[in-house]
Amino acid sequence: MSGVVAQNVGRRSGLVKAPEAAGGAWTLIQTITASSDATISFTSGLDSTYDEYCFQFVDIHPSGDNENFQFNASLDSGSNYNIAKTSAYTQGEHNEADSSTFIGYKTSMDLAQGTGAQVLVQGVNYANDSMCSGYMHLYAPSDTTFAKHFISYMGATMGGGGDYIQSNHVSGYINTASAVDAIQFSYSANNIDTGTISLYGIG
Amino acid sequence: MSGIVAQNLNRQSGLIKAPEAGGGAWTFISKTTASASATLSITSGLDSTYKVYFITYNNIHPETDNTHFTFNGSIDSGSNYNVAKTSTHFAAYADEGDSNTSLGYETGHDLAQGTGVQNLLNEIGNDNDQSASGYLYLYNPASTVFVKHFTSVSQLVNAGDYSRNQFVSGYLNTTSAIDAVQFKQSSGNIDSGDICLYGLTI
Repeated sequence: MSGVVAQNVGRRSGLVKAPEAAGGAWTLIQTITASSDATISFTSGLDSTYDEYCFQFVDIHPSGDNENFQFNASLDSGSNYNIAKTSAYTQGEHNEADSSTFIGYKTSMDLAQGTGAQVLVQGVNYANDSMCSGYMHLYAPSDTTFAKHFISYMGATMGGGGDYIQSNHVSGYINTASAVDAIQFSYSANNIDTGTISLYGIG
Repeated sequence: MSGIVAQNLNRQSGLIKAPEAGGGAWTFISKTTASASATLSITSGLDSTYKVYFITYNNIHPETDNTHFTFNGSIDSGSNYNVAKTSTHFAAYADEGDSNTSLGYETGHDLAQGTGVQNLLNEIGNDNDQSASGYLYLYNPASTVFVKHFTSVSQLVNAGDYSRNQFVSGYLNTTSAIDAVQFKQSSGNIDSGDICLYGLTI
């Protein structure tokens, strides 16, 4: 550290030395707010700047009932979202009536080299007070040696006529040694009515 | 913003305007340290400033053996902690003797519209070296439209010398704003440990 104001590092006003990095371990790259959108795509900001990225999902509300919230990845800046993925999907459930509980593997929600979308939340309720929230970490998407791992943990109010909490734990890898440079989120059939998705770089 | 170097905000070298908060997307809001405390309450800082809040609980050590670390929400700044919650709770565990392992649903620790406390950490031991740690995400507590989801991951040493990895998620089933949360043991005090609250800029 050098310069006439080095001693002012850490002060919150006046003239200070710039932080060494962007100013924190998590850097907000972009926030996209949904407004009856079929898809939400992040086509910039995923590069070699960070080795870890995190998407935060807040109040993602579908326009239709019982919708799966999902993502896919692109190698060509969003022209195509069709990368092979292999994943594991664990789910917990419990209803407000206290008559049903579940913890287990969801065979129908995982992928085995599937190029279609990876479900992050199964069957979101579209009642006015219902939605899903959570996060997904994506590791080293610009790496050109390894596959790209992802880990997500999301809670949802579950659709299909019940009032359930659903806990969704999904991890897997995007099975390519090419750089992943875009990610797209969508509901399985209808729009993302409202909600925000934020992308952070970590490190 | 004011001053001769305001235009230099976001530059990474030279003379710049200081960031308004601690910099970065996370903002540290508060830390509450237990000292034989019956409850640890966060009654400020949970508002519409952030849509994602993150609460860490570090080395929670109970006074009483085999008790649960719990939380509840309030919609009246902490006067009452009694918001209905529906949750799911599962855990993986293994004992030090390598004789017992399991992954399963924890029926007795979930809630179905219960207004009582939500268990986050089960059966914590109170030996001198036993404690529990983890984190809790709370999404958009100030919303007056949606219920409020929470997700937690915790790790603890239980009273029987088991390592327990617990996953609890659920929703505070109210469209009123949640403005306070409280943590306590199911019995006895929280002897030591701390709870930190962070907000995430979106």
